Amino acid sequence: MKSILKELYIPVVAVLIAIIIGSIIMMVTGFNPVIAYISLFLGAFGNVNNIANTLAAAVPLILTGLGVAISFKAGLFNIGAEGQYWIGAIVGVWIGYSFTGLPWYIHIPFALVAAMIAGGLWAGLIPGLAKAYTGANEVITTMMMSYIAIYFSHFLLEFGPMMDKSGTIPQSPVINDSAVIPFLIRNTQLSYGIFIALVAAIFVYWLMFKTTWGFEMRAVGYNQKAARYAGMNVPLNMVLSLGLSGAFAGLAGAVQMLGVQHRLYDSFTSGYGYTAIVVALLANNNPIGVIFAAILFAALGTGSQYMQLNAQVPGQMADVITGLIVFFVAAYRIAEVIKDRLAKRQKKEVKA
Amino acid sequence: MSAILEVKNITKIFPKVVANDNVNLMVEKGEIHAILGENGAGKSTLMNIIYGLYKPDSGTLIFDGEELNLSGPHEAIEKGIGMVHQHFMLIPVLTVAENIVLGAEPEGITYDKKKANDLIREISQKYHLEIDPEAKVKDLPVGLQQRVEILKAFYRKAKLLILDEPTAMLTPQETEKLFEIMRELKKQGMSIIFISHKLEEVLEISDRVTVMRRGKAVGTLKTKETNEQELANLMVGREVVLRIEKSEYKPGGVVLKVNDLNVVDQQGVARVKDVNFEIREGEIFGLAGVDGNGQLELVEAIMGLRPKKSGTILFYGKDVTNFSTRQLYREGISYIPQDRQTDGLVLDFTVAENLILREYKDSTYSRYGVIQYKKVYENAEKKVKEFDIRPPEYMLKARNLSGGNQQKVILAREVGYNPKLLIAVQPTRGMDVGAIEYIHKRILELRDKGAAILLVSLELEEIMSLSDRIGVIYKGQLMDILDGKTAAKEQIGLLMAGSRFDKTTLEAR
Repeated sequence: MKSILKELYIPVVAVLIAIIIGSIIMMVTGFNPVIAYISLFLGAFGNVNNIANTLAAAVPLILTGLGVAISFKAGLFNIGAEGQYWIGAIVGVWIGYSFTGLPWYIHIPFALVAAMIAGGLWAGLIPGLAKAYTGANEVITTMMMSYIAIYFSHFLLEFGPMMDKSGTIPQSPVINDSAVIPFLIRNTQLSYGIFIALVAAIFVYWLMFKTTWGFEMRAVGYNQKAARYAGMNVPLNMVLSLGLSGAFAGLAGAVQMLGVQHRLYDSFTSGYGYTAIVVALLANNNPIGVIFAAILFAALGTGSQYMQLNAQVPGQMADVITGLIVFFVAAYRIAEVIKDRLAKRQKKEVKA
Repeated sequence: MSAILEVKNITKIFPKVVANDNVNLMVEKGEIHAILGENGAGKSTLMNIIYGLYKPDSGTLIFDGEELNLSGPHEAIEKGIGMVHQHFMLIPVLTVAENIVLGAEPEGITYDKKKANDLIREISQKYHLEIDPEAKVKDLPVGLQQRVEILKAFYRKAKLLILDEPTAMLTPQETEKLFEIMRELKKQGMSIIFISHKLEEVLEISDRVTVMRRGKAVGTLKTKETNEQELANLMVGREVVLRIEKSEYKPGGVVLKVNDLNVVDQQGVARVKDVNFEIREGEIFGLAGVDGNGQLELVEAIMGLRPKKSGTILFYGKDVTNFSTRQLYREGISYIPQDRQTDGLVLDFTVAENLILREYKDSTYSRYGVIQYKKVYENAEKKVKEFDIRPPEYMLKARNLSGGNQQKVILAREVGYNPKLLIAVQPTRGMDVGAIEYIHKRILELRDKGAAILLVSLELEEIMSLSDRIGVIYKGQLMDILDGKTAAKEQIGLLMAGSRFDKTTLEAR
């Protein structure tokens, strides 16, 4: 209980400070922060539809956030969740429209699992193997693989094999009904995908903290050398944890396709893969924390439009607050590191 | 005699720790004054205050009749306080003379090489510290590098010389040489503070000794009027067993056999050369050597943590040369690695998790890949009690334990399962007398139960008091294997330095 409170303390304080500084900025620029925050809140949670849309926006953030959190926990920096998301989306949509006559209970899991495998291979195969056996920095490789994934989708959609032949817009065909994850609330974006996200979070928590594999991943993440000395296979663990990380980002793409978009549009970025890094950071890589962090950032997104309408505060204000939250969480972690160093130094000095 | 240095009621508080608690110390002119204490007793803090690195929270320093209010080491140096740190602060690629005059060159802007060399020659003759001013520091053995550090202090006209654990890096012969120098300096009227946690060295070289314990100076004694037991008791604060009671040596069958082992590092440099030895049941095989002579590479190669170039390893007659680390553990080999914090523990794991860092996959602790935490905690509770790990809270992160208790966690993990072979690398490094006593007792218990033990240590004392047989390693070669009962310290010391015919030892003497 005490440790839970302690873990909550950092993100909560960071969010509060961000809100306070946000108010100061609003006051300086001539807006009323009270009205702004109230409308931000109402926009995100004011009625059932708004809540539903906030949760809907949280789904891909939870899933990509889980992916990133897994890799962070294992001591690897998967910055390429965006690319793995795209790969998952491509595979999910492709299976969604090209297979016909399957019952939903086969079609949907088939698409989701295939997307997970594809996302997992995208992260685990090249960046994972390169990291484990040549030491190539996964920050660079996952990032580069992201660009490859996004440009690959352009190729597929812009007069490529996945383009909808019935029109000239670069988009894929719509998936079959049997592959659609149904909406939970009418006229909102919220599908049953939210349950997939919640179950995934609980599953990842269990995997990381209750299984031998999670034990290994965490041990490798905290102290590679000690893990190796204890007889663990460190390179294999790197490949697997990057793969698992990519699998959840891939799942995010598929769930978004099957549950919300139903087809793949040509675009430069979904943005989820990058926000996921922030989500994982705020959640301190705790899978359950990822749910709340994702909802918070989703709320900032959905609420900002309402804030713009009602309080005339530009929607970018929400981005400023997002940035501030990230800054303070990061600043706290930096402060922790400095504190640690100082403590260590003092310890050394006390030693005779 | 008058005092060169008086420390009066010095207190220094760090967050959570009182490092120096109302410490008083008086060093007389021309004496060798030892400061004895366990790790964390506050010796280094006190010296750093005297050297101007820390400001005390209260208390005064009087040096040579003048009250000191130091703003930094440069001022301490100016006043005539010289300090030789445990880890030398030399630039390897520069010459001896360059290192000595660095920061205080004899003439203005340009460096006058000849003048510097002459100056150093003059000083080294005056203090009988022979050295070649033009030699590069990186080419010198440790003992001579230390001499450079001492000369550095004299070049800056030190009146008081502080030696912080000066023997930690030296072979016995180099230590003896250092003591000769110290005696010579004393004859010339130099005052020396000698910091150590080694009782016999303190007894051998000092005139008076001040014992520190938990930040307090618990007593100053005349060395002549005290003995090892009294000092040890003062240091620890209770009655200590100094002499290890070892039961009779009854070796059984061969447990580990290393044949013609060769190991090269990543740069292709040979680190272990044609090493052969065996260890029997109920035997402690001590591996002595100066740090960096291939001990670590040898052990890591045996443990499957480092590739072998050639050679075989037999465990109970079975070829385990190409076994993985985990396979070796499963055969019944335990391993206490050199550095508990970087190699032995995951500091951000709980004590309970660290206790199963190797065994988490065994059926005792996991089923179908799911860890049975109930079992993990039962085990932790038992081990914490059995090995007296403090505080006895196994949900604490290993990071929050003291060094001694961290080592106990490793010990509980590695010794607690009754291994057939224990490989222990510096199991008592940086630990205090009380904890060392405990760990030695545990290792001996294991031996008496019939296990084989490979003990690697840089502390010759430790090797000599525990081992039944002693191997000495030098530059990757096993120089000789001696009988633990009859081996003499000088003999081991010579072997550690590569036998008596080696040039470097001749120069050092």
